[in-house]
Amino acid sequence: MRLKRLIAGSILAGTLAGAALPALADELFVPLFSYRTGPYAGSGIPIANGMHDYLTMLNERDGGINGVKLRIEECETGYDTQKGVECYEQVKGAGALLINPYSTGITLQVIPKASVDKIPVLSMAYGLSAAAIGNTFPWVFNPPDTYWDGASAIITDIARREGGAENLKGKKIGYIFLDAGYGREAIPLLEQLSETMGFELLQYPVPGKEMQNQSSQWLNIRRDRPDYMVMWGWGAMNPTAVKEATKIRYPMDKFYGVWWSGGNDDAAAGGEDAKGFRTLNFHGVGSDYPVIADIKKYVVDAGKSQVDPAKFADNLYNRGVYNSMLIAEGIRKAQEIAGKPMITASDMRNGLENLDVSEARLKEIGMEGFALPMKLTCEDHSGHHKVYIVEWDGKDWQKSGDWFSPDVGTVKPLLQKAAEDYVASNSPWPERTEPCLNK
Amino acid sequence: MDLLYSVFIDPFVQMAEMPDFLLQVLWEGFVAGVLYALIALGFVLIYKASGVFNFAQGIMVVFAGLTLVGLHEKGVPAYLALVLTIGVMGLLALAVERFVMRPLVNQPDIILLMSTIGLTYFLVGFGEFVFGGEPKQMITQELGLPTGSSAFEIGDGGLLILQHIDIAAAVIALIMVGVLAVFFNKTRIGRALRAVADDHQAALSVGISLNQIWAIVWFAAGIVALTTGIMWGARSDVSFALEIIAFKALPVLILGGFTSIPGAIVGGLIIGVGEKLGEIYWGPLVGGGIESWLAYMIALIFLLFRPQGLFGERIIERV
Repeated sequence: MRLKRLIAGSILAGTLAGAALPALADELFVPLFSYRTGPYAGSGIPIANGMHDYLTMLNERDGGINGVKLRIEECETGYDTQKGVECYEQVKGAGALLINPYSTGITLQVIPKASVDKIPVLSMAYGLSAAAIGNTFPWVFNPPDTYWDGASAIITDIARREGGAENLKGKKIGYIFLDAGYGREAIPLLEQLSETMGFELLQYPVPGKEMQNQSSQWLNIRRDRPDYMVMWGWGAMNPTAVKEATKIRYPMDKFYGVWWSGGNDDAAAGGEDAKGFRTLNFHGVGSDYPVIADIKKYVVDAGKSQVDPAKFADNLYNRGVYNSMLIAEGIRKAQEIAGKPMITASDMRNGLENLDVSEARLKEIGMEGFALPMKLTCEDHSGHHKVYIVEWDGKDWQKSGDWFSPDVGTVKPLLQKAAEDYVASNSPWPERTEPCLNK
Repeated sequence: MDLLYSVFIDPFVQMAEMPDFLLQVLWEGFVAGVLYALIALGFVLIYKASGVFNFAQGIMVVFAGLTLVGLHEKGVPAYLALVLTIGVMGLLALAVERFVMRPLVNQPDIILLMSTIGLTYFLVGFGEFVFGGEPKQMITQELGLPTGSSAFEIGDGGLLILQHIDIAAAVIALIMVGVLAVFFNKTRIGRALRAVADDHQAALSVGISLNQIWAIVWFAAGIVALTTGIMWGARSDVSFALEIIAFKALPVLILGGFTSIPGAIVGGLIIGVGEKLGEIYWGPLVGGGIESWLAYMIALIFLLFRPQGLFGERIIERV
């Protein structure tokens, strides 16, 4: 009998501990899907810390946003799509303002659900590229850039170095990617560019289970001798790839990574030999910004952060900060539009769709020089903003060159087509009924 | 006709045209094979002594690697950290024997297998609780292991690149196999261990302590796990993703036999070299990515002819 009670009690306690509690009337519930455990924790931890710390700083320094405290709650997904969907189900009925999946696989799964449940999905620079088409995906946002923007930006930079796009004809560009929804997302765009520009695209998939066992892929790369390499890696795949590249003596200045391959630990695995490795970026590196100073003062020094002090303001940490800035500015805009501080998920959608972070606003929030102004519209939920390249100097990331635009002219029509294809293959896809406030 | 040429002729033409690259592929396959063999050794040791497929061997690799690097990060000198890690693996072995194995004596094999799955989850959680989930860089140089590489010119402009850490891995693996072979064949404990493997009850009847043997064998598997963690960690880093790599040892075990130490080594090398040759020369025919299943195909083909594996004990059922 006692055993039965103990089991029943444990199950009840476990259920209560696992469930997200409903938001209180005087707080805004911001769930953060994160992964501090598992094979992808190396990338997930710094981002989770950055996201959490910025929002905590707003609570500590400003008492929240417009007088309303934020309830920040992490849901551990382990970068596992099934667990991510469970997290979604947990938070959707608890007053979540938005879903922040932090995984392309999870994003792809929750896109159809969120449209029905009326919860906005913020997939910052990841997820389904076609979701940038706001009229088809009114509940999904992927600022400041889509994966297709990223892929086109890398090809743009390669073309610049080769003296023009016409000189890419006959070149070989290798694409090594995590063989999952995330890594496969950029392939259609790269194939299109390969066809129009005349370069040969060589693909090297890395199965998730073989992330730390890439010698075959890099042997193939050594044999094929691509002129440039592009990587879409995550978690343990990144440092392994950097090490393998140095092992085969691949010229690291011709090795590009998308922004998610730009963790400090990723490049540090190759140490001095990885000098020249380049990744995309869309926010500042380092700690020399007022916003980072405030996070240090109000959160890290106050013992309210989980970040390892040695890894504070690492590149991926700053990525998390940028992500939470978008959340916070979305909330502010939503409050402004709704005319009240307490907002709903539906209001939050309006806030994100009307997001307009100007230069002046960036200065106010301590992000001058950290990020470029950005703006979303009803039609464009990404913005296709400028990016820049960071280069590994053997110890840290350094800015290399100016901000530049992705190949928007190529990307936008392809996104439109991809959105139409998505609708056709997910029929009946709901027509947009949400009013547009920024026409 | 084209297909026949692509399958039976072209790969060998490629090998002949680029001998340096072929040597590189064989070397990489050999190194991968050595590492697979090391993981398989851990499985074999425990299976020999208790008939248990130790599902936790992969996480033991991660746990040992994390303990070593974690201790060093706390300021413990590298060699002392190594000694302390060996001590931790010893404590783990005692704990496993006392709290997992001993209460399950005489239970069906499936129960023992389930207990190692439970142990896996415990070690994952405990490891993350103590060391955090972030990957750590192996302290290769601090341990005096070689870094860097040597390049050898082969033929006309060809290059064979050997990583020093890979050479060290091969040497250390060979030493470890030698030590284990001597331990099993020449020492009293080793002979007792073989007796337990042959028949638990007969071993007990002649006064061999089952508990002591199990603790020793789990400790030996812990040492093998530590060696694997150091070697594989030096190739990438020490992270929880390494746990999955451990299951690369499954086809090695099928091939080499669950009870044979030489089988683990030979099986590891066949799988390591076979999957690299397959992926590089035949993989492109089907779009690549065949490495992850090719090892199982090789093992399954062997199973058809030798269900007990290359070196496994012949199964004789008397009716």
